[in-house]
Amino acid sequence: MTRVVIIGAGPAGLAAAAAAGRVARVTVIDDNTEAGGQIWRRTRNAWTIEHPGVETKFQARVIAATQADVTIETPDSCERLPFDKLILATGARELFLPFPGWTLPQVTGAGGLQALVKSGLNIQGKSVVVAGTGPLLLAVAAYLKSKGATIPLIAEQAPAARVNRFARSLLSHPGKLWQGARLKARLLGVPYRTDCWVESAEPGMLRLRTPGGSGSQPFDYLAIGYGLWPNTELAQLAGCRLSNGFVEVDAAQRTSIPNIYCAGEPTGIGGVDMALAEGRIAGCHATGQPTPPLPNRAFVQALTTTFALRPEVRAVATADTIVCRCEDVPLSRIQSCQGWREAKLQTRCGMGPCQGRICGPAIQTILGWPHQSIREPVFPARIESLLT
Amino acid sequence: MAADAIVIGAGIVGAACADELARCGLKVLIVEAGEIGGGATAAGMGHIVVMDDSEAEFALTHYSARLWEELADELPSGAEYTAAGTLWVAADDEEMAEVRRKHSFYAQRGVRTEILDAQDLEQAEPNLRKGLAGALFVPADAIVYPPRVAAFLVECACRNGARLERGRRIHNMAELANATALIVNATGASAPALSPGLDIQPRKGHLLITDRYPGFVRHQLVELGYLKSAHSIDEDSVAFNVQPRQTGQVLIGSSRQYGSSDPAIEHRMMKRMLERAALYMPSIGRLSAIRGWTGFRASTPGKLPYIGRSPRQPNVWIASGHEGLGITTSLATAKLLADQILNRQPAIPLEPYAPNG
Ligand SMILES: Cc1cc2nc3c(=O)[nH]c(=O)nc-3n(C[C@H](O)[C@H](O)[C@H](O)COP(=O)(O)OP(=O)(O)OC[C@H]3O[C@@H](n4cnc5c(N)ncnc54)[C@H](O)[C@@H]3O)c2cc1C
Ligand SMILES: Cc1cc2nc3c(=O)[nH]c(=O)nc-3n(C[C@H](O)[C@H](O)[C@H](O)COP(=O)(O)OP(=O)(O)OC[C@H]3O[C@@H](n4cnc5c(N)ncnc54)[C@H](O)[C@@H]3O)c2cc1C
Repeated sequence: MTRVVIIGAGPAGLAAAAAAGRVARVTVIDDNTEAGGQIWRRTRNAWTIEHPGVETKFQARVIAATQADVTIETPDSCERLPFDKLILATGARELFLPFPGWTLPQVTGAGGLQALVKSGLNIQGKSVVVAGTGPLLLAVAAYLKSKGATIPLIAEQAPAARVNRFARSLLSHPGKLWQGARLKARLLGVPYRTDCWVESAEPGMLRLRTPGGSGSQPFDYLAIGYGLWPNTELAQLAGCRLSNGFVEVDAAQRTSIPNIYCAGEPTGIGGVDMALAEGRIAGCHATGQPTPPLPNRAFVQALTTTFALRPEVRAVATADTIVCRCEDVPLSRIQSCQGWREAKLQTRCGMGPCQGRICGPAIQTILGWPHQSIREPVFPARIESLLT
Repeated sequence: MAADAIVIGAGIVGAACADELARCGLKVLIVEAGEIGGGATAAGMGHIVVMDDSEAEFALTHYSARLWEELADELPSGAEYTAAGTLWVAADDEEMAEVRRKHSFYAQRGVRTEILDAQDLEQAEPNLRKGLAGALFVPADAIVYPPRVAAFLVECACRNGARLERGRRIHNMAELANATALIVNATGASAPALSPGLDIQPRKGHLLITDRYPGFVRHQLVELGYLKSAHSIDEDSVAFNVQPRQTGQVLIGSSRQYGSSDPAIEHRMMKRMLERAALYMPSIGRLSAIRGWTGFRASTPGKLPYIGRSPRQPNVWIASGHEGLGITTSLATAKLLADQILNRQPAIPLEPYAPNG
């Protein structure tokens, strides 16, 4: 029986597992405590009961991948798991763009605040400004509102004209339209301002910018997200080719390495429906089953162009804004270098435990330097794990 | 500006040579293909260590270590200069005998060391495994962060009028058709590419660094078996060699391999190296590793660097072949090279470091 290993138990990984599990031995690995990834929150039990043929390993982190096996670390063990087919469904993380004040405790990622609330943070009656870009802001605002927060403002950096065009285009995507309308209804009464971004934060007070001016906005929490950044590290470590920062795949979700597939956000930021479809294709093709047709990627393209970052947003960090939080390196010191490697060697930027996972995308966005020095272990790992 | 001297390579050795020559009033041009300190200098542990393998090795490392002490106050904080001292760890009685031999060797030459017994060692480094025999403590040995030092030395040179040309790779000495300038080949393990015939082999090493664990290790720790394994020429070897960084991180070495020019981490070597470390420090296994990397030492048959005039290329001077000691010996290398170029009296005899071929 074909042995399929799937990394990531979000929509793409679960769809792949459901498809592949019909005919193959499947193991799904995820470092969370339960399945669902960023979006879905279903309990592990419910999911495994539905798919008895699929083995799951939670709180398990893949620290290395070759073309034949993956190394998995759990809180108390480590093993190497061989595979015939590997499906990478590693999702995306939030892009953080540094600005003066972004390291304040009241400032979190948009998805990050949602996760904090899900794990118990009480925001009842708190005033939460949601800012950044993309449809995720609406989803986060709706969720926070449902948990009792007041949302005085959603600040979307994209221009009104582009956002309106995008909203109209949703008419041709019924599923999306429904989602969008539902969110809009729930958010009724929440000011949604386009062409607006956060310039700086001080405890209790935000400085907002629009092309024409600036203003102040009191806040208890700021949930800010400039979109998603694909988690391509494992694919890179295994030798898969990237193009334009995403894992290159063919119509069957195959990467440039024949027995490695990739589905979901690492191949392009396209939302849940796209991730599900890609996961199904990968799961089927990897196990020799007929593959469903490839979904239309027009929506992905529309998302990318609508919510492209404006130049002013790329320039909100000032000279003394800390960019590398692990090593406390301000922008001015990084800018005095000619590229990533010099910055790393001379300022320690990107040398901390996150290994550039956070500052890498920020620096690429601000200065245009791609960050590609991927090494095993891709996450900090216990030394004893490297002995397996 | 017509240069008097062209230094090829801005690793720590080239940077030190450029600084010394510029200080002496020469017009220096530094040519570096990549980043300053981006070669072996970006990989090395930065242990400033006095060695006793041979008289010539002792003379060079001891001279250089004193130059480091003089430079220490001028170094920027990013150079992370720390006089942590070395503990040469003895596992058994046989290695304890080596501790006593080293102690008297150093004493005869004016280097202060202390012999630690098993109990002293346990107190000095509680995370070492119990039951080790003891150690030799060399208090004056130090630790630096080499790439920042290289950049600092280049900055010093430039303050004395040197010019830096970055991003230029020299493919052939003939490209530098300046008849009057002398040329310094300080390209580390790549030196034979520009000076054919120079007997230098790349010797690959692995390193791994952890997250911050201040106080986990307090001195540079080196097993005494190191001396045996470091010099077995034909076999891949690993040794317990662990260092406390100023950041609180633990830097774990080291391995030695010939015949590989691929910088990729080899799981097999990394594993052997970490097993060795865990043998001496069992609790090291629980620490979180954040990055591993490799580097290439420039090794010579005589186990000493080449510092002097090329026997084949007129106008060319060699400063290369520093194997696993180039951070330590960079400063002395620069002095000895300038002594020869400027006909000054050297502080130590030059003959052992004459380039061959
Ligand atoms: C004392 C000291 C402390 C350090 N502390 C840290 C630290 O805390 N955190 C940290 O992240 N780094 C640390 N470093 C590591 C150092 O900055 C570089 O990581 C090291 O020079 C290796 O290069 P790199 O990983 O930056 O290589 P890259 O910049 O990734 O690579 C340089 C070039 O060499 C190739 N290359 C080099 N090595 C490899 C390899 N092993 N596998 C594949 N390709 C390779 C690459 O393809 C690239 O072209 C430290 C270094 C020293 C000397
Ligand atoms: C794993 C490891 C651990 C080590 N630990 C220690 C230690 O603890 N203590 C110690 O003293 N030493 C240590 N060393 C040794 C030390 O790192 C080296 O001896 C030293 O860095 C050599 O410096 P360099 O300037 O000669 O060479 P490099 O740093 O390699 O510099 C050569 C430079 O020349 C440039 N170059 C090459 N060819 C050309 C060209 N054709 N044109 C233009 N530029 C060119 C390169 O880009 C490079 O920047 C260690 C080495 C390794 C690999």
